[in-house]
Amino acid sequence: MAQADAGGIPTASEHEPRRKLVTADGTPLKRALQRAERRRVLAAFGLVAPLLIFLLTVFIFPIGQMMWRSVDNPQVVNALPNTLQALRGWDGQDVPGEAVFAALHADYMADQDRPRREQAMGPLGIRLNYELSAARGAISRTGRNVDTFEAPFREAFLDAHRLWGDPALWRVIQREGRPLTAAYYVAALDREYDADGNIVQRDENRRIYVSLYGRTLALSLGITFLTFLLGFPIAYYMSILPMRQANLLMICVLLPFWTSLLVRTTAWIVLLQQQGVINTLLVSVGIIGDDGRLSLIYNMTGTIIAMTHILLPFMVLPLYSVMRTIPPSYMRAAKSLGATPTTAFRRVYFPQTLPGIGAGAVLVFIISIGYYITPALVGGQSGRMISNEIARHMQQSLNWGLAAALGTMLLVGVLILYWAYNKLVGADTLKLG
Amino acid sequence: MRTLPPYATTGERIWFYTFRVICFAIFFFLLAPILIMIPLSFNAQPFFTFTREMLTLNPDGWSLRWYQDLFGSDSWMRSIRNSFLIGIAATILATTLGTLAALGLSRSQMPFKGLIMGILISPMIVPLIISAAGMFFFFSSINIAQTFTGVILAHTALGVPFVVITVTATLVGFDHSLTRAAANLGASPTRTFFKITMPLILPGVISGALFAFITSFDEIVIVLFVAGVEQRTIPREMWSGIREQISPTILAVASILVLVSIALLTTVELLRRRSERMRGLSPG
Amino acid sequence: MKQRSLKVIGAGSALSLLALGAAQAAEDPVRLTIVSWGGAYTASQVRAYHEPWMEMNPHVTIINDDGSANALASLRAQSQAGNVTWDLVDMLPSDAQLACDEGIILQIDHDAMLAAAPDGTPASEDFLPGSLGECFIPQIVYSTIISFNTEMFPEDAMPQSIADFFDTEGFPGRRAIQDRPAANLEWALYADGVAIEDIYDVLATPEGVDRAFAKLDTIKDELVFWTEGAQAPQLLADQEVAFATGYNGRIFDASEVEGQPFEIIWDGQIVEWDGWVVPADGPNVDAVMEYLYFATDTQRLADQAKFISYGPARASSAPLVSTHADLGIDMIPHMPTNPDNYFSPIVLDNDFWTDYGDELRERFANWMLQ
Repeated sequence: MAQADAGGIPTASEHEPRRKLVTADGTPLKRALQRAERRRVLAAFGLVAPLLIFLLTVFIFPIGQMMWRSVDNPQVVNALPNTLQALRGWDGQDVPGEAVFAALHADYMADQDRPRREQAMGPLGIRLNYELSAARGAISRTGRNVDTFEAPFREAFLDAHRLWGDPALWRVIQREGRPLTAAYYVAALDREYDADGNIVQRDENRRIYVSLYGRTLALSLGITFLTFLLGFPIAYYMSILPMRQANLLMICVLLPFWTSLLVRTTAWIVLLQQQGVINTLLVSVGIIGDDGRLSLIYNMTGTIIAMTHILLPFMVLPLYSVMRTIPPSYMRAAKSLGATPTTAFRRVYFPQTLPGIGAGAVLVFIISIGYYITPALVGGQSGRMISNEIARHMQQSLNWGLAAALGTMLLVGVLILYWAYNKLVGADTLKLG
Repeated sequence: MRTLPPYATTGERIWFYTFRVICFAIFFFLLAPILIMIPLSFNAQPFFTFTREMLTLNPDGWSLRWYQDLFGSDSWMRSIRNSFLIGIAATILATTLGTLAALGLSRSQMPFKGLIMGILISPMIVPLIISAAGMFFFFSSINIAQTFTGVILAHTALGVPFVVITVTATLVGFDHSLTRAAANLGASPTRTFFKITMPLILPGVISGALFAFITSFDEIVIVLFVAGVEQRTIPREMWSGIREQISPTILAVASILVLVSIALLTTVELLRRRSERMRGLSPG
Repeated sequence: MKQRSLKVIGAGSALSLLALGAAQAAEDPVRLTIVSWGGAYTASQVRAYHEPWMEMNPHVTIINDDGSANALASLRAQSQAGNVTWDLVDMLPSDAQLACDEGIILQIDHDAMLAAAPDGTPASEDFLPGSLGECFIPQIVYSTIISFNTEMFPEDAMPQSIADFFDTEGFPGRRAIQDRPAANLEWALYADGVAIEDIYDVLATPEGVDRAFAKLDTIKDELVFWTEGAQAPQLLADQEVAFATGYNGRIFDASEVEGQPFEIIWDGQIVEWDGWVVPADGPNVDAVMEYLYFATDTQRLADQAKFISYGPARASSAPLVSTHADLGIDMIPHMPTNPDNYFSPIVLDNDFWTDYGDELRERFANWMLQ
C-alpha cells in the first residue's frame, strides 16, 4: 500500500534520471516522502492511541498491579524494623534473647503512637497467620496490654502468649522480614518451609492447589473433547447442506451463543435438579424410582454438562468455516480410487479439518480453564475449578497474596496457550458469529 | 452424503439415517434447554416442572404471575435500568475507541502492529476472574469501585476487542483507493470518513457494537467484584436469585432475555449478509 | 420598570434560596448504606428498624446491601482505598474483632453511644454477658442447627439428635452442610462422644482434628455443601437433601411463614452473636450513630423477634418478645435461648477460631475437594 500511495505523487524520474527530484514547492522529494510517511505513521498511531492508553490504564496496569501483590511483602518490614535489626545475629534455633524482645516492645510502642489507620500490627498479624496458625492471636492479644510491660520484656512476652516462645514464629518473622516474598508461590504449589528453611511438600491433607490445577486441566480437556465429539458431526452436516438450509440450522448454534450465560445456567438447573424436568420425566416414564432420582447437578456432572452446552458453539463455528472450504470432490476422488468411505474420511477428509479442530479446541480450552460462574452455580464441590478458589481467597479467606499467586499462574498458562493459538490460526482471523 | 445415491449399500443406508438422528439429537441438546424455559415461565405453581394442569392445557395451570412479579419488583426493575444504562454507555465508548483503533491498525504504516493488536484483544483472552480481581484493587484505589463509572469503564474494556475484530474484518476487503479518490476530489478527511469510509465499515461497526453490548449485558464476574448494590445488573440479580431462592421469576427474566438474544442474533445475521453483499464476498 | 422587576425577582429568589438552605440544614437528605445478610434476616431488620426510623426521619433513605458474607474483604478494600461507601455493617463477632484490630471499624463506647434499658440500666450491663466487643454492638443471639424435611422420613422414625445426623444407615438421605469447618467440626466431635465442654480442648490438638475429620468422612458420600444462608432451606425444600445445617431463623421462616415441612434438631445447637459494626471514615458517621442509638434500644431489639426467631441481645428485651407480626404465633418456643431448646448448646468459641481458623479452613477446603 505504501507504494500505491507513492504512485499518486507526480514523478519525472523516467525522463530525467539525474536531476534531484523535488515537489511542486521545491522540497526534495525524498524528504517530502519521509515527512509524509512520518505523518501517516503518526496519524495511524493517533487513531490507535486513545484505546491503547485506555486499555493500558484500566486493564493492563490493574492486572500488573494485582500480580505484584503475589510477591509484595511490606507487612513485617513496616511493623518490626527494630526487631528485624535485633534478629540479625540470631541462630534460628532457640528463642531469641532479651535484646530482641526489647526491640519488639519498642516496635509495639512505636506502632501505638501512630494514627489508628496507619498502625502496622493488624496487617502484621494477618500476614504471619498465613505462615503460622495462631500468630494473629499472638500479635493482637499481646497488643492489648503491651503498654503495661516492663523490663525484662522476654518474660512479659512469654507470659502474654505461648507463641512468643516458639522458634517457629521467630523463623517466620526473620524469613518474611524483607520487602519481597516467594511465600505465596510456595503455598500455591502446595509447599512450605521446614525448620531449616528448605522448601518441602506439605502434609498430604493440606495439599490443595496442585491437584486442583490438575482437575481444572482435566475438566477443561474433557469438556474440549466433548465439544469436539458433539460439534464435529453437526458442523459436518451443516457443511454438506445447501447454504439456505445450513443457515437455518446455524441459528440453533447461534441462539445459545447469543443467550445470556446466566440464562443457560439457569436452564440447566431447571432441567437437572432432583425435582427438575429430566428426573421427573425419568420417574414418570418409570426408568427410575421416585427415591432413585439422579444427582445430576451440584457436582462434576453438572459442571461438565452445562459447560459443554455453553462452549459448544465456540467449537462448531471454526469447524464449520473450515469444512465449508473443503471441496467435496476430494472425497469422491478418494472413493473412486477404491478407498472405503471410512478410509476416505480418515485419510482425506479428516486431515483437512485439523486447522478448524485446532482453532476450536484451543478456544474452548482457554475459555473453560478460566471459567468461574457455571462451576460456582452448578458445580458443588467436585465441580470446583481454580477460578473458584481464586475467588474464595479474594472474598472469603482474604489471602490476596495467595489469590494473586494462583491468578498469575493461571494467567501465564492461558497466555502460553493463546500464543500457541495465535501461531496456529492467527488471532485476527477469529470468527464471531 | 447430502442425499443417498441409489446404489448405496444397506450399511450406508443405516449410517445415513443414524447420522441424521445423531445430528438432530445434538441440535436438540443445543436448543431445548433454552426454549424449555419459556413455557415453564408461565407455570401457575412455583415449580420447575410441567404440572399436570399445564400438560393437559388446563388454563388454570398457566399464568402470568411471574411476569407480574418481575414487573412489580423494584430490584428487578432497577437492575433492568442499570443493565441498559451500563450496556449502552459501555457500547458507545467501546465502539468509538475500537473503531478508531481498527482504522489506525488497518493502515500499513502502523508500527508494532502485532504487539498492539495483542494488547487490544487481551481483555478477551485474560480469564475474567483475573481481570475482575485486578480491577477490584485498582478501582478501589482510585475511588471508582462501586460506582457506575467503574462498571462502565470495565465493561468498555471487555467490549473493545469485539469492536476491533469486527471492524478490522470489514476493513480487510476495504478498497483504500476510494478514500484517496475522495481526497483527490477535494473532500476533507472528515467528509471522506463520513461519506466513504463510514458507510462501508458500518455493518462491522454495528455488529461490533452489538457484541460489545451483549458482552456488557451478559457480564457478571466484573459486576460481582466491582459493582455495589446500586449498580446491580440483571445477571447480578439472577446470580443472587439462583444462589438463594430460585423462583420462577428468574424463568420469566430468562425468557425475556432469550427473546432479546433472538432479536440481536437476527440483526447481526442481516448485517453480516448485507456487508458480504456490499463487499462482493458472497452472493448473499 | 424592567430593572425593578428584575430586582424583585432577584430578591424573591434570594429569599427562596435562603428558605431552601434553612430547610436543607435541618434535613439534609441522607442515604445510609446498611450491609446485612439478605433474605429473611434483612427483611426482619427492615421492618423492625429501618422502616420506623425512616418514618421518623423522612430525610433518611436506607439502602440495603446484602454483602455481609464478604464484608471483611470489602471493608479492607474500601479502607485501603480510603473510599468507604458503607455506613453500617452486620457482622459476626470474630470478623468484627479482626476488623477492630486492623483499625478499619470504629471503637464503641457502649454506655455513651447506646440507649440505656427502660429501667436505667446502662447498656454495658443490659447487653448479655460476653456479647459486647470493643467495636461490636450485638443485636441477636442466633444458632446454627440441623434441620430436616419431615416428608423424607417415616413418621415414627424422625431424627432427634446430632448422632442421628451422622447415622446414614438409620437415617438415609443426602445432607447439606456449610462449606467451612466452624460448627461442622464441633458436631463431628460431639457425635463421636466428646463432651460439650471438652470440644474445643480436643479440637486444639492434632489428634482431635483428625478425629473430627474421620467422623465427617463417615458421611462424606452423602454430603452437599452450601455457601450462603438462604441455600440451606432451598435445598431442603427441593428435597435435594434430607438434612441441612442452617441458621435457625431462616429455617423458622421457611417452615412457619412459607409452610415448608421442616423440623429443627435443637440438640447440639451452636450459639453465637451477630451484630453491628461502624466502618471508620464512613460517609455519614453522625447519622449512623443516631440510627444505632434507636435501632439497638430495648424495644427495637424485641421488635425484631416479631419477624424472625433470633433472640434479642439485651436482657431487658426478653420480656417484651411477643408474637410474630404476621402469623400471630408465640415466638418464645422458637427462640434458641428458650429453655426447651437450650438443653445442650455449644457456644461458639471465637478465640479458638481466631487462632486455628486459617489452618482448619484450609484443611477443610482440601477435605471437601478430595
